[in-house]
Amino acid sequence: MLKRRSAVSYCLGIESTADDFSVGIASFDGKILTNVISAYVPEKGGIHPREAARHHAEVAGKVLAEAFQRAKVKLQDIHIIAFSQGPGLGPCLRTGATAARALASYLRVPLVGVNHCVAHIEIGKLVAEARDPVTLYVSGGNTIVSAFEAERYRVFGETLDIAVGNCLDVFARKAGLHQEKGMPLGAMVEELASRGQTLIPLPYTVKGMDLSFSGLLTAAVQLLHDEKHSVEDVCFSLQEVAFSMLTEVTERALAHTEKSEILLTGGVAANKRLQSMLKSVAEEHKARFCVVPKQYALDNGAMIAWTGILAYQHHVTLPIEKSFVKLKWRLDEVPIPWGGG
Amino acid sequence: MLLKKGAEANLYLEDWHGNKVIMKQRPPKKYRVPKLDEEIRFYRTIHESQNIHKAKEAGVPTPTVFMVDIAKTTIIMEFVEGKQVKQILNDLPSEDRKRLCNHIGELIGQLHNHGIIHSDLTTSNMILTPQNKIVFVDFGLSERSKELEVRGVDLHLMKRALQSTHYKHVRECFDAVMDGYTRVVGDDVASEVLKKIHEIERRGRYVSERK
Repeated sequence: MLKRRSAVSYCLGIESTADDFSVGIASFDGKILTNVISAYVPEKGGIHPREAARHHAEVAGKVLAEAFQRAKVKLQDIHIIAFSQGPGLGPCLRTGATAARALASYLRVPLVGVNHCVAHIEIGKLVAEARDPVTLYVSGGNTIVSAFEAERYRVFGETLDIAVGNCLDVFARKAGLHQEKGMPLGAMVEELASRGQTLIPLPYTVKGMDLSFSGLLTAAVQLLHDEKHSVEDVCFSLQEVAFSMLTEVTERALAHTEKSEILLTGGVAANKRLQSMLKSVAEEHKARFCVVPKQYALDNGAMIAWTGILAYQHHVTLPIEKSFVKLKWRLDEVPIPWGGG
Repeated sequence: MLLKKGAEANLYLEDWHGNKVIMKQRPPKKYRVPKLDEEIRFYRTIHESQNIHKAKEAGVPTPTVFMVDIAKTTIIMEFVEGKQVKQILNDLPSEDRKRLCNHIGELIGQLHNHGIIHSDLTTSNMILTPQNKIVFVDFGLSERSKELEVRGVDLHLMKRALQSTHYKHVRECFDAVMDGYTRVVGDDVASEVLKKIHEIERRGRYVSERK
């Protein structure tokens, strides 16, 4: 059920939950016209919310202009503005929301608030052509195993403490690695791990379908301090244990829900070792393995634009006066009227 | 006969010296490196059989273990006749559902009192027998602990299982579970554990309560 005001309708999506500010433009028939991402790279340490928000405010104009230029779409062609309303870091979310509100009121078009986690699943379904998958969403802020059941993306498993991406990032910094543009810390750990061979015992914590990574992180950092093992072996062991945990809970969710697809998304989805583990599980259960391409697996505006369209088509819009950001907006709180299949 | 191909174990229904038994076998997982894979499968086979036995000491019905073959990561245990609580819970009349959940809570309390943490409390791991007894199965992830944190996580998992599979009756069921639990472990411990559950929920990405 497509509602078109002109020949083609477009949605502009703004993503700003954490360290990326991104603008995507999607058409109502499911084409991604552009997806411009500007990443905030801290000089040292992790993301400082206020510094990241400052970055977002600085680049917002430039990223928006570039998005319009690349999409070859004019301002007046935009029919809806969507923004990531949560979950995420307050200052970052508010910066994106402010831009979205300004655009929506200037253009006099509807505003749609999108749940960031829902958007990761929806763009994954669109670009990796999954229909009704068990999704493993792994990033610096989230670790969630989810599947659609009765109007919601139900959370079957999630981290009890820190996200797996956070575990890898903090470990990498403790190992003396520095983030660079185009080379995330996780990729550096992956590279080192590929040269490791010896598995060092580390805590493997799975509870039901939930996971814990904080003990694993502490133990892995301790191994660095002990200096008895090569950093390659520690990276190898950390990855093997963390990813085996993730794969195990994904397999449990797959067996439990009896679905026939696995969708891997989020920043950690780019890791080849994790991909190969999930692929192996998918094969064993005769399920399809779908991995979201990097540009749509990382935080991005295109996923917000596309999910905005789905929501708008089901009459979900947000009056500006009610468009507060929701820092802790859970995935399974969001009704999904457009269904899972 | 293969009864169920689970995520980490296969369940076979077999005849063993004239007994109807479940043969639970943990096959190697190709996705894990062999060393880690063996460690996990050995560890779980041992802990499962030990804690199934310990649970009986706590007065919680579990299948009888007939044989453990560590090398083959296989447990042979009694086949329990009945239905998974998962299959029947939603269709029960409200009063019966509450009574059942209340009893489940009592059994969890008995496990915790004896320092046993199930670590996979879902309604598919509880079997209601024709004699109206609830039998706990699948102790593969279980551990021994009396820590508040671990108890809290255990019950948090129960709540989560209710949320994903019995979403229409979550409040009613979980309240009944906690009532039964409280009766067994006492008000003081129960309120500490409940506090811990709230803390666990607030800790991560769980609720929008904290603004």
